[in-house]
Amino acid sequence: MRRRPWVLASVTWAYIVWSLVPILVAIQFSFNDGRSRSTWQGFSLQWYFGSSGSVAEDPSLRLALVNSLVVAGLTTLIATPLGVAMALGLSRWRGRTGRVVGGLTLLPLATPEIVMGSALYLVFTNLYLFVPLGQPAQVIGHVTFSVSYVVVIVRSRLASIGTDYEEAARDLGCGRLTAVRLILLPLLAPAVFAGAMIVFASSMDDFVISAFLSPDASSVTVPIKLYSSVRNAPTPALNALATLLVLASVLALLLGWLVQRRGPLQKAQISKVP
Amino acid sequence: MLAAPGTLWLVLLFAVPFYAIAAVAFGYTDPVFNAPVPEWDPRYWDFTAFSEILARSVSGDLRPVFLRTLLYVALALGLCVAIGYPVAYYVARHAGRYRALLLGLILAPWWVNYLTRMLAWLNLLQDDGYVNDLLLFTRIVDEPVRWLSGNPATVVLALVYGYIPFFIVPLFATLDRIDPLLLEAARDLGCSGRGAFWHVTLPLSRPGLLTASAITALPMFGDYYTNTIVSGSPTTTMIANQIEFYLLGGTRKELGASLVLLLSALLMALMVYYLISSRRAEEGVS
Repeated sequence: MRRRPWVLASVTWAYIVWSLVPILVAIQFSFNDGRSRSTWQGFSLQWYFGSSGSVAEDPSLRLALVNSLVVAGLTTLIATPLGVAMALGLSRWRGRTGRVVGGLTLLPLATPEIVMGSALYLVFTNLYLFVPLGQPAQVIGHVTFSVSYVVVIVRSRLASIGTDYEEAARDLGCGRLTAVRLILLPLLAPAVFAGAMIVFASSMDDFVISAFLSPDASSVTVPIKLYSSVRNAPTPALNALATLLVLASVLALLLGWLVQRRGPLQKAQISKVP
Repeated sequence: MLAAPGTLWLVLLFAVPFYAIAAVAFGYTDPVFNAPVPEWDPRYWDFTAFSEILARSVSGDLRPVFLRTLLYVALALGLCVAIGYPVAYYVARHAGRYRALLLGLILAPWWVNYLTRMLAWLNLLQDDGYVNDLLLFTRIVDEPVRWLSGNPATVVLALVYGYIPFFIVPLFATLDRIDPLLLEAARDLGCSGRGAFWHVTLPLSRPGLLTASAITALPMFGDYYTNTIVSGSPTTTMIANQIEFYLLGGTRKELGASLVLLLSALLMALMVYYLISSRRAEEGVS
């Protein structure tokens, strides 16, 4: 008869309480009916909209939210096709060069953000002077670190699809690109979508690279805003802003997960492809 | 062909920027404008700034900063093991019907912005915050603990709080793959429960433990924002704070670039050590 591991169980539950309660408290105070971020004064939505200091009304908070969404949106639009094309290319790129490039796509994942942030900052201020710091540089920086996610996800899906379907299409007279368009891309769709959502979420989340590439207040994103307002009398509007960020990440990941789950269905639908 | 644009992107925006760090670190200072000028040709590299940083790191004012960084990361990693291993072990082995729920709860912080999680603690750790209320109420302390003005314990705990989810998940994946039949075999051969853990589970989880440590330690070494948020005091400055200071704060960018190179060399050495020892651990397992 085995003893119940109650010590392990209590360590685990204590850890979970420790990891989540502070976040829940922070979210709770975004609904506070008062200026305090440590004393509960009743429920209200005044820090989201309606009052002058709310996320919807305060121009600097609104700007941060818009900037975050714009940078994340543009990053997703660039990094997703770039990563998908790269994954497709790498899957048929044999030999040593292919392996080296494959390794190059993994390196950004193993580079500390501060090293990558410094590198991008120095290259934009010294060599690529035609790229102004601010939103253009931020988008380029985010694409650089997030394109790897797309490559990794799409490559693993490609490996599980195999080459049979594509070869069958070629045998039936499809051209090379037609086979990719008609067979591979529909099969890859869930992985592409999941990759796009992860790119969006990680771009929304990024602080270091955005901060290194942000020269002034006009390109402040939500994480930069959170970081910089720590020292100057924050109001619950900051908590509201953070809560909206959490909500955006959760929605993006939920959407990605739902579409990814439809993966097997897509495979069954292959017979309908002309 | 399809890989060409992506490859070009990574070469121009990942490889070249790395070279730019070296070009700035080994550049010279313009005598007229007193501004650093990058040197792109390795034949004319000037190592003055780099040797200044090296000298200050070995025996000067940066030495305590490096030692402090190593100490904080080591302590934080130790705590990650002490907290994370039992949690990952419990969820992988004993959680039963709560398994999916526990995994979901452990993954939840991944989707919350890092700075949001730090700010959450900022409220709780105020002099009159909930943590001090609790400590005073339970008579553990007699006066409020000053958590947020250069307290090293706060910095280490904040690092643990920030990065431990990235530690638990890979460790869980390894522990979860260990075949329970192996443990039964060990029990049949006369091992006690504790013996089976020491002789079977722990050696088999070594690769996961190493990967989890690498994934957590790497970003900790490059973290400056945690420190600024929960302390902001020079007494707890870490190496990444110095990098941020020189690169974004001042005019001596060549010193900042040299520090980035030094930190990268340190991390690269750690990565090589990780790759060698994880290969050895894999061999030991098979």
